[in-house]
Amino acid sequence: MAIVRNPYKTTGFLGWIDDRFPLTKMWKDHLSEYYAPKNFNFWYYFGSLALLVLVNQLLTGIFLTMNYKPGADTAFDSVQYIMRDVPWGSLIRYMHATGASAFFIVVYAHMFRGVLYGSHRKPRELIWIFGSLIYLVLMAEAFCGYVLPWGQMSYWGAQVIISLFGTIPYIGKGLVEWIQGDYVPADATLNRLFSLHVIALPFVLVGLVFAHILALHEVGSNNPDGVDIKAKKDPATHIPLDGIAFHPYYTVKDLVGISVFLIIFSAVIFFAPEGGGMVLEQPNFQAANPQVTPPEITPAWYFGVFYAMLRATPSLFHSALPGVIVMGGAVVILFFLPWLDRSPVKSWRYKGPVFRSLIILFAIDFCVLNYLGMQPVSPIHTVIARIGAVIYFGFFLLMPFYSQWEKTKPVPERVTE
Amino acid sequence: MKRLTFSAILAAACLSLTAGLMPSLSRADEGPATLQFREDVGNLPSAQRGARDFMAYCSGCHAMKYLRYNRLAKDLDIPDDLLKSKLMLGTDKLGDPISSSMPVKQAEAWFGRAPPDLTLETKARGSAWVYSYLQSFYLDDKRPLGVNNPYLPGVSMPAVLGELQGWQKLEPPIKGEEEDAPKFELVQAGTMSPQEYKEFVADLTNFMAYASEPGKSDRIALGFRVILYLLVLLVLTYFLKKEFWRDIH
Repeated sequence: MAIVRNPYKTTGFLGWIDDRFPLTKMWKDHLSEYYAPKNFNFWYYFGSLALLVLVNQLLTGIFLTMNYKPGADTAFDSVQYIMRDVPWGSLIRYMHATGASAFFIVVYAHMFRGVLYGSHRKPRELIWIFGSLIYLVLMAEAFCGYVLPWGQMSYWGAQVIISLFGTIPYIGKGLVEWIQGDYVPADATLNRLFSLHVIALPFVLVGLVFAHILALHEVGSNNPDGVDIKAKKDPATHIPLDGIAFHPYYTVKDLVGISVFLIIFSAVIFFAPEGGGMVLEQPNFQAANPQVTPPEITPAWYFGVFYAMLRATPSLFHSALPGVIVMGGAVVILFFLPWLDRSPVKSWRYKGPVFRSLIILFAIDFCVLNYLGMQPVSPIHTVIARIGAVIYFGFFLLMPFYSQWEKTKPVPERVTE
Repeated sequence: MKRLTFSAILAAACLSLTAGLMPSLSRADEGPATLQFREDVGNLPSAQRGARDFMAYCSGCHAMKYLRYNRLAKDLDIPDDLLKSKLMLGTDKLGDPISSSMPVKQAEAWFGRAPPDLTLETKARGSAWVYSYLQSFYLDDKRPLGVNNPYLPGVSMPAVLGELQGWQKLEPPIKGEEEDAPKFELVQAGTMSPQEYKEFVADLTNFMAYASEPGKSDRIALGFRVILYLLVLLVLTYFLKKEFWRDIH
């Protein structure tokens, strides 16, 4: 039977493949003929860095799983076995633990980039939604991973987070037992979180990352000016005048970003792998003990924002349900950002002073809340966290008004240098 | 260019705000201020003395179940015959971890709780804490064993090192110095002078710091080489990017 020859006229082995599989097509569509705006700045490194950290987590995770033994009696010991007896085990574990923190740093920067330059605006709403889902799954993934070493902080962190489900009226108590598989976090809990951490959640995460990138490549990348580069194309080649091929231009540029990132990442791994107690907490060097509560139960640093809001919300009828709703709302509201922002321009470069100031205020607010989430409770902290929570939600909920009302600057036709 | 600077300033401001807040992070383990101590894992003689003293004074009750004898010997440069004759307990094999000779059930009956494993103690509480704790047992009639410790109030461990350090009383805090580490008055001298005992505890803490992460000095040595390599890589990728981007604009 005759075969339909591929349109790229490739021959030899590649031709044989291309007649049967869209290899050259994919290479061109996503790399060598994917035209990205030429004016990407510092903030545009974080997408490729997030991908790099994801690969780091997957690879180191494979080797950790080979040596880790889930189970309340074995988990803690097996982590020390990895740290001491497995060749390169301590390095692999430090890469994985530090990688989790690095993941959140690059993802937070990547999301903030979107807010700055309006990357969530039409036609990129779905990219933003896939991204928000990635963030949500990442939080679940990080939480499960945090529990696996089964140290004191793992155990009590799991206890606190799972007990949040207990605030749901009527079904709460039963739900917590159903999740834990026991009356307290125990062997069954650890095993199911392990299963989620190594199979279910990474599977979903990788799928979402594919959807995120596919959606991006369908509509094309935004840029710091928020200009649609497809509006001005070369009449002969139909290539956007302000577009350059992702490969080689951005692949080589991202290599520079990756080099800088790896230097910082390695500095942490080799010289401060516990991150001053932020990556590996002191209490987690003691095996989980259901009888002894640590003096201070703090979640991992990257949940600080949400934990601060949870604690600062007043309880209602002795139930922390309002705090849980506020915390959940702080994540859910992200999904609505594309429809909350009604500014006629995408990039903050052309927005008015009010919107610009509010973005800076929001960034500061985010850092302050994150800090408060890692601190012990005190009356002054609670007051600041409450103000912070109001600013957090105000930024989003009032956006339809201030974004529409404020005068904007004219947007240039072509990207600026 | 102006915009780029602004973005950079914003990024720097966010980073420095976060970084600036980091040092003020309080330790989860609240308690009295500790004495100044800098662990020196690279100091081999100190760690060797600490290992000897740990086996003599601590290992009767405390195990180090994650540290094997042969690993210890290799890292601390202790020959096998010396290891077997001076450090190891009778029946242990070279590849065994350091175990305590105390049965858990009886230990619980004697002290109220079994003596904890000490492999990770300096990581769990900090080496300055261990250094301070071991110097701060003081006479207290109200306790069943006659001693207490400000760093672990109601401590169930006896003052095992009392014969070396001597016996001391806790001094009431001086006004305005409540934040300082607790102070003591020696009432009966031990077999060591205060300076000798201090060095003894420093050696012991150094050994425990080594035990908490035997690969630490290798890790740091490797780190310098990795970063050196990455700096070369950065130079190469930077010029690669510059070369490719020459035709843009």
